[in-house]
Parts: sequence; structure tokens; C-alpha cells
Amino acid sequence: MRLWAGLSLLCIVLLSALSADLVGAWLGLDAATPDLFARYAEPSAAHPLGTDDLGRDVAMRLLHGARVSLAVGLAAAAIGAVLGTAAGVLAAWRGGWADAVLMRLADALLALPALPLLIILSALDPAPIGLPRGEAAADILRVAVILAIFGWVGVARLARAAAMSVLAMDFIRAARALGVPEGRLLRRHVLPALMGPVGVATALSVGGAILAESALSFLGLGIAPPASSWGNMLAGAQEAVFQAPLVALWPGLAILLTVLGCNLVADGLRR
Amino acid sequence: MSIPARLVQILVTLLALSCVFYLLLGLMPGDPIDLALTLDPRLTPADVERLRALHGLDRPLWARYLAWAGAVLRGDFGYSRLFAQPVFALVGPALWSSLQLLGAALGLAVLVGVGLGMLAALRPRLSPLVQGLAAIAQAMPGFWLGILLIILFAVTLGMLPAGGVAEAGEPGWRFLVLPVATLGFGHMAAYARHALSAMRGAMTDPWIRSARARGASEGRIALAHALPNAAVPLITLLGLDAGALVSGAVITETLFARPGMGKLIFDAVMGNDYNLALVALLLVAGVTMLGNLAADLAQRALDPRLA
Repeated sequence: MRLWAGLSLLCIVLLSALSADLVGAWLGLDAATPDLFARYAEPSAAHPLGTDDLGRDVAMRLLHGARVSLAVGLAAAAIGAVLGTAAGVLAAWRGGWADAVLMRLADALLALPALPLLIILSALDPAPIGLPRGEAAADILRVAVILAIFGWVGVARLARAAAMSVLAMDFIRAARALGVPEGRLLRRHVLPALMGPVGVATALSVGGAILAESALSFLGLGIAPPASSWGNMLAGAQEAVFQAPLVALWPGLAILLTVLGCNLVADGLRR
Repeated sequence: MSIPARLVQILVTLLALSCVFYLLLGLMPGDPIDLALTLDPRLTPADVERLRALHGLDRPLWARYLAWAGAVLRGDFGYSRLFAQPVFALVGPALWSSLQLLGAALGLAVLVGVGLGMLAALRPRLSPLVQGLAAIAQAMPGFWLGILLIILFAVTLGMLPAGGVAEAGEPGWRFLVLPVATLGFGHMAAYARHALSAMRGAMTDPWIRSARARGASEGRIALAHALPNAAVPLITLLGLDAGALVSGAVITETLFARPGMGKLIFDAVMGNDYNLALVALLLVAGVTMLGNLAADLAQRALDPRLA
């Protein structure tokens, strides 16, 4: 039940993200054109949800923001899942020194407050590592990589626990006795057993990444305008709470429903 | 691990973090001389060289780090460029302001969260309501709730200030209400969920049945027999939640323009104020780890099996 409720919420968000251009062409609106004579317009037939501080259509920016939020959330979760699975399997397989270092690192990352560290990492200049600054796609990748630096921890702990229990089983000893090389052993026998726990942890981290992206963009360190993300829409709306309080309502509601969808899916998968 | 070992571990982590932070801050675009250059067009390249040498910015990063670490160990935390004050004098009041916010928000989250969780465990009909509320609180961006509260209580009703701190003579609590509600509500969710499952588990323990057989009242059973047993997982959560709570305080302080550690770190990082940013970041990390340690100790005190 939770799984289906979550999946249907996410389907709605995905459809809105995909239909952004279609809806724009149909209504004759786009997310980027400012209209300084129509700042903070009330909702009307021309602008279903009104306009923002530069007279841009809020509904269109919301649809385009769905793309950014989903892209950042999925990319960060995917990078975190790959890193976390690799770290977890390495720790369980090598044990000893590698295990101790990786797991102490994970403990430290879990115990530290993430946002102050994210603020520093976001303020770094991405140019030296080959990412252009200011382009929306590069921004999305940059934020996703930064979030994955913290996101791998949850996956790694679950992957390690699952890998350790698999590695202790008899069929692994049998496979080793038959001379199966270690690489093949991990790929064919250990990795498939990790899909369940890694899947749940990844679904949970999509929601977390979307929340973190919105917080970073709200602070002006995530997705840079003019590209719209739900977080930077809220940053603009916060400055206008006196003129146009309604503008602040929609992006937050969108974040809430999307993250709720992710958490419901993760909850449903766990049962 | 024993307490001294944990303290050593915290110190080692802080030392490692100071290296990482220094390196990252050194990698940030621009340095103070670049800023001075944009502010004063009369500076010549020779002046820039002289200023760089004067402030030691011409030396490699590791040499600067060692010089900084040596000064800190001698008790010299340096000056904040942004605020033109000793770092030490700035950090104290900011930490106090943040601790007030954190303490009040944590109190609210624990009281309301545990209360709701207990209610849902004792009155199963209410449990979907509490679980729904917790799911929404968990999925909601905290700063968005803050904006909504500002719109409702500050803009529409005009009952509470939208941000800032009290000036002399004003009651300080009015400026705390909205930030505390914002930060506390998001964190309430986890306590409600954990309290619900822990209380549900505790209520099936055999001594609950025996207490009921002896004629103890339902209220006494819940508070005196079930709650202490349910408290151990809640304290684990307290330790795990410390980092997230501090992160939440950073954004809450920025939203409500409260001059706490979070806003100080944000301003310092944005303004290339290395001394201030480093000390503030390390202090926040240290306080968070001490919070973790305190939660662990409380857990051991409550559950002798862990000691």
C-alpha cells in the first residue's frame, strides 16, 4: 500500500518533469522570460499560480524545478549507492585494516553536522576539477557529487552487514574450494545478495538528497538562477513574504510531496 | 570504549578535520587580497605582492596550516577579518545563542514527539494520525515550515517578529518562538516514530501484565513501567540526531537572521574569513561529538547491559 502510494506520488512528479516543455508550448509560457510589469501577479488564467519577483510564471518554474530536484536526487543517490556498495563490500571482504578505516570514516561522517561541511564544499570552485561553473547541468552534477560524499555512508553500512553475512555462508566456502576467483565470487555471489538492502537505502537517500539540495539552493549554494530549482524558488519567495506570501507555498509543497513519495517507497520496500 | 579513549578519539577527529577544513578553505576561489584589490583600485601589483608576503599568503598551504595550528595551540585564535574582532570574542556569544535555540528545539521535539508516540501506542486508533503527521514532518523542508510560520505569525497576524534578536528591554523569548517551532517540528517526527514502536514493544513486556494484575493505574503503568524501558532506543536516537539537529540550526538561523554559530559559519565561508570559519566549524563539530558522547553515556547509565 505504502509502496503504491509512494510510487504514484513519484509518477506524478516524474510526469510533471517530463511534460514541462509540452505544457509550456501549450500555454505559451516559459520558465525563464521575465515580465517586470507583472511582478507578483495573482493567480489568473494567464498565470495559473501567479508570477514571481521577476514576473516569471511560477507554475512553469515549478515544472522545470521538478526536473532539477529529481535529477539531483536520483544522481546523488546513484553515486552514493555505487560508492557505498563498493566501500561496504571492500570492508566486509578485506576486513582488518580496510574495514577499520572505512567504518571509522563512516562513523565520523555520521556524527558530524553535514550542512556546515556542505556549505564549504559548495563554495569551492569546481573549475580546477573540470566542471564549468554556472551551467545548469554542471550545477546538478556538482551538487549531486557533493551530496554523495555524505550519502554513501548509509548504503555502505547496510552493504557491509549484508556482505559479511553472505561471505560467512557455506556456498562461499564451497565456491572458494572450487577455485572461483575472488572477483567473480564477489560479482556473482555477493553482489546479488546486496540488492535488497542497497535498494532500500538508496530509495531513502533520494528523499534526503532532494531535501539537502533544496536547503543548499535556498542558501544560494546549490542550483544557481536563472535555472529554477524548488530550493532557489523558495529563496526568492522568502524575500517577498510581505508582497506575495503565496509564492512560497508551491515549491515547498512540491518538495514535501516528492520526498514523501520517496520515503513511502523506501518504507514499502522494507516491509 | 572508555570515556578518556572517546575524548582522545574526538581530539584526533578534530585534528584531522582541521587539516581538511584548512585545505578546503585554501581551495576556495579568491583570497582576502583579491577582495582588497576589488575594493581599492589604487593598489598596484607591487602592493599586492607586499600584502601577500605580509599576511603569509605567498607561502604553501601546508606551511600556513602549521603556522595556524601552532598559533591555535598557543591559544591565539586570530582575528576575524569580516567583523574586525578577535575570533574568540565572536564565537562565545554566537555559541550561546545557538545552544539556546538547539536546547529549546530539542526539548520541544522530545516532549511533543515522545508524547505523541506514547499516545499513539496507548490509543491505537490515534496511531495512523500520529504516523501521518510524522511522515509529513519528516518529508518537509524545515526552512519551508519556517517561511510559512513567518507568513502566518509575523506577516498576517503580526504577533511575533519575523527574525533577528531582542534589543535591550525587549523580551527575548518572542524572538525564539518561531525558530524553535521550525527546528523542533522537523525533529519531532523521528522521536514520535521511535517512541511509538518502543512503547508498543515495552507494553507487551511481562511486568506490564503483572503491574496491571497488581492494580496499578494505566497512567502509572505507562509512565513508571513502560517509559523507562522505552527510553533506551530514544537516547540512541538523541545521539544519532545531534548532527542533523546542528545542520537544521544552521539553516534556521540563516532564515531567521539569528546571530548564532550557523549564521557565523555561513557568513565566514562566504566572506573568505578563514580564521573565523575554521574555529567556528571545529567548535560546532566538537560540540556535536560531545553531544554524541553524552548520549552514549546516558544510554549506559540507563541500560547496565551496555556498560
